[in-house]
Amino acid sequence: MSNLLNLSSSPHVRDKSSTKSIMWDVFLALMPATIFGAWNFGLKAVILIVACIATCVLTEYIWQKAMKLPLTVSDGSAALTGLLLALNLSATFPVWMAIVGSVFAIIIVKQLFGGLGQNFMNPALGARCFLMVSFAGQMTSFTYDGVTGATPLAQIKNGVTDPSLCAGKSDLLDMFLGTIGGTIGETSTIALLIGAAYLLARKVITWRIPVIYIATFAIFALIFGEQDVMYLAKELCGGGLVLGAFFMATDYVTSPITPKGQIVFAVLLGVLTGIFRIFGASAEGVSYAIIISNLLVPLIENVTIPTPFGKEGIKDGK
Amino acid sequence: MSNATFRGGVHPYEGKELSQDLPIKTVKPAMGEYIFPMAQHIGAPATPVVSKGDKVLVGQKIGEASGFISANICSSVSGTVKAVEPRMLLNGSKATCVVVDNDGEYAGIPGLGEDRDYTKLTNDEIRDIVKEAGIVGMGGAGFPTNVKLAPKDPNAIDYILVNGAECEPYLTSDYRQMLECPEEIVGGLKVILKLFDKAKGLICIEDNKPEAIKRMEAAVQSESRIEVKVLKTKYPQGGERTLISAATGRKIYSAKLPADAGCIVDNISTVIAIYRAVCKQTPLITRVMTLTGEAFKTPVNVEVRLGCNHADLVAEGDGYKEDPVKVISGGPMMGFAMFDLNVPVTKTSSSILAMTRDQVAEFEPSPCIRCGRCVEACPGNLVPQKMAVAASHNDYATFEKLNGMECYECGSCTFVCPAKRPLTQTFKEARQHVMAQRRKK
Repeated sequence: MSNLLNLSSSPHVRDKSSTKSIMWDVFLALMPATIFGAWNFGLKAVILIVACIATCVLTEYIWQKAMKLPLTVSDGSAALTGLLLALNLSATFPVWMAIVGSVFAIIIVKQLFGGLGQNFMNPALGARCFLMVSFAGQMTSFTYDGVTGATPLAQIKNGVTDPSLCAGKSDLLDMFLGTIGGTIGETSTIALLIGAAYLLARKVITWRIPVIYIATFAIFALIFGEQDVMYLAKELCGGGLVLGAFFMATDYVTSPITPKGQIVFAVLLGVLTGIFRIFGASAEGVSYAIIISNLLVPLIENVTIPTPFGKEGIKDGK
Repeated sequence: MSNATFRGGVHPYEGKELSQDLPIKTVKPAMGEYIFPMAQHIGAPATPVVSKGDKVLVGQKIGEASGFISANICSSVSGTVKAVEPRMLLNGSKATCVVVDNDGEYAGIPGLGEDRDYTKLTNDEIRDIVKEAGIVGMGGAGFPTNVKLAPKDPNAIDYILVNGAECEPYLTSDYRQMLECPEEIVGGLKVILKLFDKAKGLICIEDNKPEAIKRMEAAVQSESRIEVKVLKTKYPQGGERTLISAATGRKIYSAKLPADAGCIVDNISTVIAIYRAVCKQTPLITRVMTLTGEAFKTPVNVEVRLGCNHADLVAEGDGYKEDPVKVISGGPMMGFAMFDLNVPVTKTSSSILAMTRDQVAEFEPSPCIRCGRCVEACPGNLVPQKMAVAASHNDYATFEKLNGMECYECGSCTFVCPAKRPLTQTFKEARQHVMAQRRKK
């Protein structure tokens, strides 16, 4: 044998999936909702989506070049942040503001804390909340079929019934299909569920966070909201709950790594969302619930380290 | 009822089809040097009991166990002792070896290979024979078998588990032995059961080996104390802790021995070695190896004499069809990458796995995205992601607090990691460091 042999520590084989394949799986899973959003809201939505993705990718590229860091834009995480941010914006949101938000997501939320894997808050949601406090008017202005007004969730909360003040009807079927007003990606429950099913089938996410989150919220809403099935169904389909539960709360970097921790995290999300939606000033609460819970992840993990194999019921560990 | 299993684990590509249908070939021994390292087991190295110029016979003891946990070494060939000196071993270190120059006569010690009725032996005689024969766990760890067979309370042993899981990808030596010599496996297990009146024998096989299950079930049909236990195919099912838990529902951790859970676990090859030592008066001088991997022209299962040179064996697989990039002794999950094939085969050498692709070198590690796959995969219920952060900061206190010492380096976390991070490697270093610190205290 003439050639030199490779040496490394075991194991010598690796699974096929990679960071990149996971990011693109999530990207693909968001496509039904994205395409529906483009159809539902038209060209304005498409421009926003493209602008956010392009800005995020470009910002990360320029930052890493300038900081002489290894280039990682091809892993797809920046593009995914851009897409998620766009799906969280109203189609009428000004493009330049969306660009500001994208830069904020990549530089302030992600890169300043060390880049991929180090951010303590979901970059897209961090940016959404930043835009919310900076441009509240534009962020909460929703137009559907030429009418600018309250989203179905806000109609329910505030009892709005005048059609000239409503962006879309608060009809359950419309809310399930997505033919209502709202942010670009949140309206179609069915499109989001198709993507979620794909993620679950590909084992990119587990059921723990989304299912427990939604279940906790449902119980909370039944207790503290209205004891009515129709009300509950609309609360579940409306707003950003499904988008948030399956695509944002499950963000690896900002959710607990321990199985028990994921359960605690999901319950916390459900309770916070319930509090914000039912007792808060706004009809929405998902994004704040998620970023607040994100901040508690290290704490949750520290108290949910699993018991090692064979040490169940042994206290001292000896 | 579905087949027994454990929580966690992974499903690597099995690669067994390369060699699983090829009968075990007995290798024509090469002439020249046979090298017998005095340390090829866990515990104290053996002490050489021959010196340069001595004549030795096949089966003759050339190294004597030097402590409670240690093992004898017997020569696999006859000839002259050429040297007793440090030689290069598989892991790149040098250690004392007895080098025997094969004379090609294969003259054996008196009684070698002759039948012996184990039922006429006392239990202490059986344990002595196993000790004299230098039998150690041949699955990889190399723990002296006579020590395993002498627990504090023999009556507390409920199960003798024969480990036929062979969960490492590519390896087929245990599988072939289950097909080709089931009666020797049953024979060896009956010898062990004689030592433990209350124990039941379970031959544990993964469900990806239906032929072996059929063959072993037929072989134990008339045995009232032996059963075949079918386990789900999943790596690391053949690990001691996962095997015990899947087969019996009992669990042990690092500070416990299988005997604490009323179990004794022995690998297929080890049980056959016990049979041969006790019933055929043959000490441990051969073993079955799988020569496989995409680089071999014709993969093959072979029975070889211990002490032979790995490099000589390559010809048994008709050489390489393509130069290997990486050659592994053992399986791809826990095996050892060899830097040079001119090292001797030992009691724990289970294979030569010659790979044309090095999947480790193909990927550059990228930042951890905290996906949690390592947590889901860890059979020890640990949190590899946090352990790796602690270990890479040299924060050994936190590493221990996160139960890092419960890791047995199965490699599942590293296998699934999408960021291709070298987790297991980090843990090996940290564990060695912690163990060294503990010894100092």
